[in-house]
Amino acid sequence: MAKLPETLDALTEQFGPHLNYAMPEGPAEKLVKTHCCFCGQQCGIQLKVRDNRVIGFEPWEEFPFNRGMLCPKGVKRYMQDSHPDRLLEPLMRTADGFRKATWEEGLDFTARRLRELQEKYGRDAVAVYGGASLTTEKAYLLGKFARVALGTRHIDYNGRLCMVSAGTAYKGALGVDRAPNPWSDIPKAEVLFAIGANIGECAPITTDYVWRARDNGAKLIVADPRFTPIARNTDLYLPVRPGTDLALLMAMLHVIVRDGLTDADFIAAHTTGFEKTAESVAPWTPQRAAAVTGVPPDAIERAAHLIGESRRVMIMHARGLEHQSKGVENCEAVVAIALATGNIGREGAGCVMITGQGNGQGGREHGQKCDQLPGQRSITDPAARAHVASVWGISPDEIPGPGYSAVEIMNAIHTGEIKGLLSICFNPLVSLPDAGFTREALERLEFFGVIDFFLSETAMHADVVLAGSLQEEEEGVTANVEARVIHIQKAVDPPGHARADSAIICDLAERLGRGRYFRFREPREIFEELREASRGGLADYYGITYERIDAEKGVFWPCPSLDHPGTPRLFEEGRFFHEDGKAHFMKLAWRESGDPVDEQFPIYLTTGRVVSQYLSGAQTRRIGALVDQYPEPKVELHPKLAEKHGIRNGDRLTVTTRRSSVTLEAMVVRTVRPDTVFIPYHWPGKRSANLLTHRTIDPRSKIPEFKVSACRLEKAGGAA
Amino acid sequence: MINFDFVDRRETIATAAFVCWHCDEPTCAQVCPADAIKKYEDGIVGSSLKPRCIACSNCVLACPFGIPKLVAPAEQMMKCDMCYDRTSVGKRPMCATVCPSQALAYVTPEAIAQTRREKPVNTFQFGSQTITTKVFMMAPAGVESISIDVADYTWEGENEAVPQAF
Repeated sequence: MAKLPETLDALTEQFGPHLNYAMPEGPAEKLVKTHCCFCGQQCGIQLKVRDNRVIGFEPWEEFPFNRGMLCPKGVKRYMQDSHPDRLLEPLMRTADGFRKATWEEGLDFTARRLRELQEKYGRDAVAVYGGASLTTEKAYLLGKFARVALGTRHIDYNGRLCMVSAGTAYKGALGVDRAPNPWSDIPKAEVLFAIGANIGECAPITTDYVWRARDNGAKLIVADPRFTPIARNTDLYLPVRPGTDLALLMAMLHVIVRDGLTDADFIAAHTTGFEKTAESVAPWTPQRAAAVTGVPPDAIERAAHLIGESRRVMIMHARGLEHQSKGVENCEAVVAIALATGNIGREGAGCVMITGQGNGQGGREHGQKCDQLPGQRSITDPAARAHVASVWGISPDEIPGPGYSAVEIMNAIHTGEIKGLLSICFNPLVSLPDAGFTREALERLEFFGVIDFFLSETAMHADVVLAGSLQEEEEGVTANVEARVIHIQKAVDPPGHARADSAIICDLAERLGRGRYFRFREPREIFEELREASRGGLADYYGITYERIDAEKGVFWPCPSLDHPGTPRLFEEGRFFHEDGKAHFMKLAWRESGDPVDEQFPIYLTTGRVVSQYLSGAQTRRIGALVDQYPEPKVELHPKLAEKHGIRNGDRLTVTTRRSSVTLEAMVVRTVRPDTVFIPYHWPGKRSANLLTHRTIDPRSKIPEFKVSACRLEKAGGAA
Repeated sequence: MINFDFVDRRETIATAAFVCWHCDEPTCAQVCPADAIKKYEDGIVGSSLKPRCIACSNCVLACPFGIPKLVAPAEQMMKCDMCYDRTSVGKRPMCATVCPSQALAYVTPEAIAQTRREKPVNTFQFGSQTITTKVFMMAPAGVESISIDVADYTWEGENEAVPQAF
């Protein structure tokens, strides 16, 4: 059913990606103060608008987080507006391609097919995919739509590929899922430890905070299989082998405990479970960890001492730690080091996850995660269900239980358990692991509906595509990497017959016979309900209003009342969010990756981003200047590894894993471990790094293990 | 109007971004046969003046920093003019405003010397040519000037002192 309706070439010819280079000219009518859509930093930016079109940008120097600074994605973000590939009306699949349709047709068909499948196979036979680039209002609305309008338990989102390992670890250890410190703490640290975080490319604005800390005399430690841009200005570089961060962290904690560098008073007063954690790291001597991680024992000792001897340490971590089948343990180990040394809850002291997606923080707080209700509440907690049901005007029994996570939903589509899918803001064909499997699954769907503004590679498989809105076409809020809730302003109307995402979702609810629960005329009304729904929860937004955000340049949650100042820093004076008020150490246990290297596949493959592209590239692969900066994915490998395989810079190189093979250009550099290759993942089709990755997920966070696969290399024929 | 590249991608991830250095005695203007390149009162060296530029590329070849570029569609040399449209109304140039690492910063040398570990320098040695500029480069503390000619770093005998700037 959901095979491509035309050849890929024909679809690409019609729907792109085409490169937009057009530079609109002339003066702006107005400047709209809003935020960049391309990553969790959510930099303040002013969009130039004329004739209901975004024609450029001006830096917004008064916004405190980025003070006018932007990365190349921010500078060029306006080029996604007025793009020739924009979908201007709904599309319906026919025997020979997509045809334009009216909204009546598109919405009627979508609602009818979803209901038919639910009547035939049961409510849980349809699933909903959301995304962490949606505003918080849209994310909240989508969670309510799945549970109230469709009544399915299966809703999850692409944030499942982002920071859920850190979220799970922080919730378990500290009682809440949030980066505990505002970024203004970074320049005040004495020691910064960046592990699994390519800050220069994936969180570019944060580089300025790191450099300011350096200028204030801070020591910088970087652990990464690659010599990332911030690593070249580091005091200590730890070239950790992919998938072995836990061994490194356990050995560091081992040294901290062995050498008496812990903060015993803090541990006694504010934590539980330290002894069992200390016991679990006892066997992890630096020598043992060195053999596993490939980091010299004396470097591990030095890192542990730099951290253990300071009481102003900030540990910064991102996908490198999280994208592993032990991603949660990795983050628990980071938290354990922060707790053991008392480096938490103070100015310049804490551990922080660097969220990657646009609304990576806000998009996960209010109900599009399969196991949560608004306010970061557990969907299995009877009190949480009762509160949310009362706000929604339904009985608690009507709220379904926890559903499948993003990868599990795709698995269930593959097995035939799930027959229908409605997806918004998600391009799983590019972003999920094992893309060959994802394609097979999509082709098995009996109905696939998509809401999107471009025809992504995934949307090409849809039965109906509803033309939705860009971030700047609908008002709302997001929460940035610091959990600062900020205001996304509507700059322009959706072009042509495209419509606001929230209006599309409300209209679908109406057609599903549940319209009385979705009488929202504008995003502000959704936000007002969200405030109530989150009230009393961990992510309490009750005291936040659009007006307060504008006046205060963002408000940090939790903010339980209108006169509450918001909470830039969590855990001050050692007060944690568990009922006992304490932080809980977690027992740490080593285990191997889900795709281990062996004689047949002896090389590590790791994947990640480049500075000029964002996630699956659905938006950024359409912007000419960003594509020119890094046009095609390349395989980074060390000269030693290249020599062993007779490969020179620029040669074609075939990378093979237990799933598939990909042939790309070799990029021979000394900035990657000699036992590891790196491929950025932003591209589709034959250039997709995710053809190679595997579907092993962390058993608790359900995050895929993108950062470590086993592969082999062969020089390919043909010219570069 | 910015030259940006990796220094040597095989060996390092290090990059370099250069705006025009706005020389006190601009070589580009000195070699221009059409007198199309002006240094303004505030020390900023402008792009070529469109009515005068003959697109000969003399400036492109002569600039010791490799900054000017011949822009073919415009048939004119264009380069960084320190965002005259912005700086003339009190704003910072675009590059220094958006630079996410503040490797490019629009501040006085005195002010930046207070906040950074490195030291601002604006004297450059190209063989026998000494150039002073309005734009400063941040160099390791203790360095007075920066040599760009490789020959200045090479060892040619026991009696020659080798200035190792980096």
